[in-house]
Amino acid sequence: MNTIAAISTPNALGGIAVIRISGDNAINVADKVFRSVSGKKAADMAGYTCAYGTAYDGGERLDDCILTVFRAPHSYTGEDTAEISCHGGLYVTKRILRTLLKNGAETAQAGEFTKRAFINGKLDLTQAEAVMDIISAKGQRELKMAENLREGAAFKKAKEVSGMLIKALADLAAWADYPEEDIPEVDPDTLLKELRASYNMLNQLVMNYDSGRILREGVATAIVGRPNVGKSTLFNCLSGCERSIVTDIAGTTRDVVEETVKLGDVVLRLSDTAGIRDTDDVIEEIGVGIAQKKIDESELVIAVFDGSCPLTEDDLILINKIKNKKCIAVVNKSDVEITLENKIINQYFKQIVYLSAKENTGVEQLTAAVEDEFRLNEINFDTTVAANERQKSCIDSALECIQNAISALENGEFLDAVTVLIDEAEQYLLELTGEKVTDAVVDEVFSRFCVGK
Amino acid sequence: MSYVMGEFDVAVIGAGHAGVEAALASARLGCRTILFTISLDQIANMPCNPSIGGTAKGHLVREIDALGGEMGKAADKCTIQSRMLNRGKGPAVHSLRVQADRVEYHKYMKTACEKQKNLYIKQAEISGIIVEQGKITGVGTSLHAIYKCKSVIIATGTYLNGRIHVGEVSYESGPDSVLPSKNLSQNLIECGVELRRFKTGTPCRVHRRSINFEIMEQQSGDEKIVPFSFETANGEVDNIVSCYVTYTNSKTHEVILANLDRSPLYSGRIEGVGPRYCPSIEDKIVRFSDKPRHQLFVEPMGINTDEYYLQGMSSSLPEDVQLAFLRTIDGLEDVEIMRPAYAIEYDCCEPSQLLPTLEFKHISGLYGAGQFNGSSGYEEAAAQGLIAGINAALKIKGKEPLILERSTSYIGTLIDDLVTKGCNEPYRMMTSRSEYRLILRQDNADLRLTPIGHKIGLISNERYNRLLEKIDMINAEIKRVSTTNIAPSDSLNRFLEANSTSPLSTGCKLADLIRRPQLNYNNLAQFDSGRPELPDDVCEQVEISIKYEGYISKQLAQIDMMNKLEEKKLPENTDYSQIRGLRLEAAEKLNKIQPVSIGQASRISGVSPADVSLLVVWLQQRKG
Repeated sequence: MNTIAAISTPNALGGIAVIRISGDNAINVADKVFRSVSGKKAADMAGYTCAYGTAYDGGERLDDCILTVFRAPHSYTGEDTAEISCHGGLYVTKRILRTLLKNGAETAQAGEFTKRAFINGKLDLTQAEAVMDIISAKGQRELKMAENLREGAAFKKAKEVSGMLIKALADLAAWADYPEEDIPEVDPDTLLKELRASYNMLNQLVMNYDSGRILREGVATAIVGRPNVGKSTLFNCLSGCERSIVTDIAGTTRDVVEETVKLGDVVLRLSDTAGIRDTDDVIEEIGVGIAQKKIDESELVIAVFDGSCPLTEDDLILINKIKNKKCIAVVNKSDVEITLENKIINQYFKQIVYLSAKENTGVEQLTAAVEDEFRLNEINFDTTVAANERQKSCIDSALECIQNAISALENGEFLDAVTVLIDEAEQYLLELTGEKVTDAVVDEVFSRFCVGK
Repeated sequence: MSYVMGEFDVAVIGAGHAGVEAALASARLGCRTILFTISLDQIANMPCNPSIGGTAKGHLVREIDALGGEMGKAADKCTIQSRMLNRGKGPAVHSLRVQADRVEYHKYMKTACEKQKNLYIKQAEISGIIVEQGKITGVGTSLHAIYKCKSVIIATGTYLNGRIHVGEVSYESGPDSVLPSKNLSQNLIECGVELRRFKTGTPCRVHRRSINFEIMEQQSGDEKIVPFSFETANGEVDNIVSCYVTYTNSKTHEVILANLDRSPLYSGRIEGVGPRYCPSIEDKIVRFSDKPRHQLFVEPMGINTDEYYLQGMSSSLPEDVQLAFLRTIDGLEDVEIMRPAYAIEYDCCEPSQLLPTLEFKHISGLYGAGQFNGSSGYEEAAAQGLIAGINAALKIKGKEPLILERSTSYIGTLIDDLVTKGCNEPYRMMTSRSEYRLILRQDNADLRLTPIGHKIGLISNERYNRLLEKIDMINAEIKRVSTTNIAPSDSLNRFLEANSTSPLSTGCKLADLIRRPQLNYNNLAQFDSGRPELPDDVCEQVEISIKYEGYISKQLAQIDMMNKLEEKKLPENTDYSQIRGLRLEAAEKLNKIQPVSIGQASRISGVSPADVSLLVVWLQQRKG
């Protein structure tokens, strides 16, 4: 069987996380990522043995890990299996998974380890129904997650590139399938330009995945408000409750990069500009580029208002700036008498929470509001990661194919071969939407070219 | 009162390109076969363009030949001009296309059928099939005759409830003014076959003396002709004629636009769905209004006729409008129409009712082929006819059916597309429809399919042994060029630089040089002293195998993965709504298509990877 990998521990915050690799090539894939302190290769390790070492992405050190090797059929799935136990940060765990995917593993489908265990006779027949329930439930959730992802900017960008490739493929198809018609010849230089543009766009997308917001899990959140409404207090209140400052990101300094905070089931990444340190400066910066940028980049804005006094001009400017974002209004200082006009707030915000950051009351309502906004209550986090990672690995594979197509063109190879490579890239991108390349290309040919007898 | 007129194994309804291949294959496999046609003078008629092959269609013809079908041989015998299209775009898209003499083609195929042992030809209109307990037992004719049989292959083309439209006039007819088949549709519906209505069209035929060829671009055939059939010797086929190209202009477009209200397409009198790839000239002008001109090809219909076919000008406008717009075209100012263009509507089946064997899921022994299955094109029809004929015979002989996987052929891809996805417009083969097109080339159809044809019994031992010899020669030569060392020399480096590729400083293998895009097997001959004398087709395979090695091995790996899924067979008549965990949408689709394998199931739109996983577990559980 082909080799699959996935994070096998829940994608919650824990002391350790386990990434499982299973399949014919599992041990070799592990060897490409894990280097043991003793220098012993995973390929030389016996079943049921462990090694201490480090996971690397090429030259970059990711985390100290323990590698456990299981030899077929003595593993959960019945196949050769390797498990990497690492330190459990969301970011690090995903980096390791990604590196495995880059080195020949594929993302596991919903319930696939269990399915393989069943197929390989590790589970008895009476357990078939349980296996099917797992696959079905996970499949439904992943499908739902994948649908949610379609709202995201990354998906839209990928879709745009997919459109560009479809156009190029239609040019190639029309040119190859209708040689007799008066269809513009496909010029390799133009094609090369189009491919490079697609490559760059996708590559940018992947870099964003890696360097920032999406990858570092959680919802990019900006806490905004004019001075002295209590943003810092709210932040401290949020990070203080449940002592849930969850992770400092590997390789970065704690005081520069975001803090991740867990509110109910939702992980929020609070932007520093939004109030971690320079709280009160930010207000003056509202309307100035940098603060605006933070708002633009955030997926959630928590707008804080002072409940003890009427709305000010600054409040209204702020409301105007955030009106197109996903917002929660927090009316702070509910411990004192509320004099704020509800009407205006009600008009602009769907979600309004009254709390007292100082007294630490009302945080449950904020939690409920956040959960409601992201509808994550019923979504299991491991499926979120699976959907996300599948998207990422599709884009990675597409990139590789485009790169191959570019090299083939540069080498002067025939366009039939180049076409197949672009085709393959497009197939990966279309996996995000479940369409089929050939249908999409044929549709495009007929809508754009006047061909036929 | 009805009466029994005979008893057969297989009855084929329709003697077009699908029916003829079906009947020949079935008879050659030893089944007593009867071929019905409304008119014996229409056997293997080409009611549309007088040509065989073209992009992807040329692949189909070579595959038909490799499996032991007749179309390639017939086309070779009747070729009056031959061209390999897409040279210079890579071997995967090379496609053979010939102009064929329409009358000769009909005569060749009629004779082939007449001479075929076990094959009986009968002029009759079939008015119904006879089904007893879900099984075919015979067919009935409009003269009330009954022919008992075990299998029926429906290949009715555009005859089934055919209706021709020319401008405001429409009438019941088959193509070329032959009688349509009028009663069969109703009978099929009563038997539970789901029918739908498609349309297609053909341009007018004009007289040679009314064409001014001098101001048109001439298009000649290839100097070196590659025949369709792997059995036709090089040099047997010649170019006899030329084709010509001319263009419409703004005046043509004005005439057409001014008369659109007289077109049945635009007035809504045609309800059938037409193919997007085969638009009428009025369609082209309306949909692509920014194009200042559209090209048309002027093609001879044969040697002993003055009729010419105007490819690109199919139309359903009235006759007077046709004449008016044609006469605006350069070279056609005095054109004389012999047969007007027309649109034709016909009944066909929804192909997702079929198994990949082309047998109906719910009627044992009933098969469909060709336009009846929703395809278009002579080659697509012939390919399906061949497979339906083979499968009808194999079933009667109690043998395993022939299902060509997508990875084996364009034929397999065509059939899989039809039965898995169904179709909303007449289906035409295109190279872009095959994900494995670097492997499914027209040049290696024999390597891919002749062993299968031999196993079935349509390829003689002699032909099969010739193939084995060819394979040995190819393998030996690949081995030789992969191990032959080439030392750098002044003359070689001069040659390399002249071909814009880097000179050698140290020795390398000959294969490494062949792999360079700027070089090829033939032009390196001068530096390859040990080269044996080999046939052209062997050299071609050697070159392509080496140049495309990387791509080929990658596609083979993909095929390997897919084949594992194709091998997992799903049971017939499964109620997928009873399978635990399957989403409703997936269960409905699966119930409709009833895929034969997990592989086919995975290609159904709306069936997710998780659904496929569930099916795998379910299958395993059933096996115990």
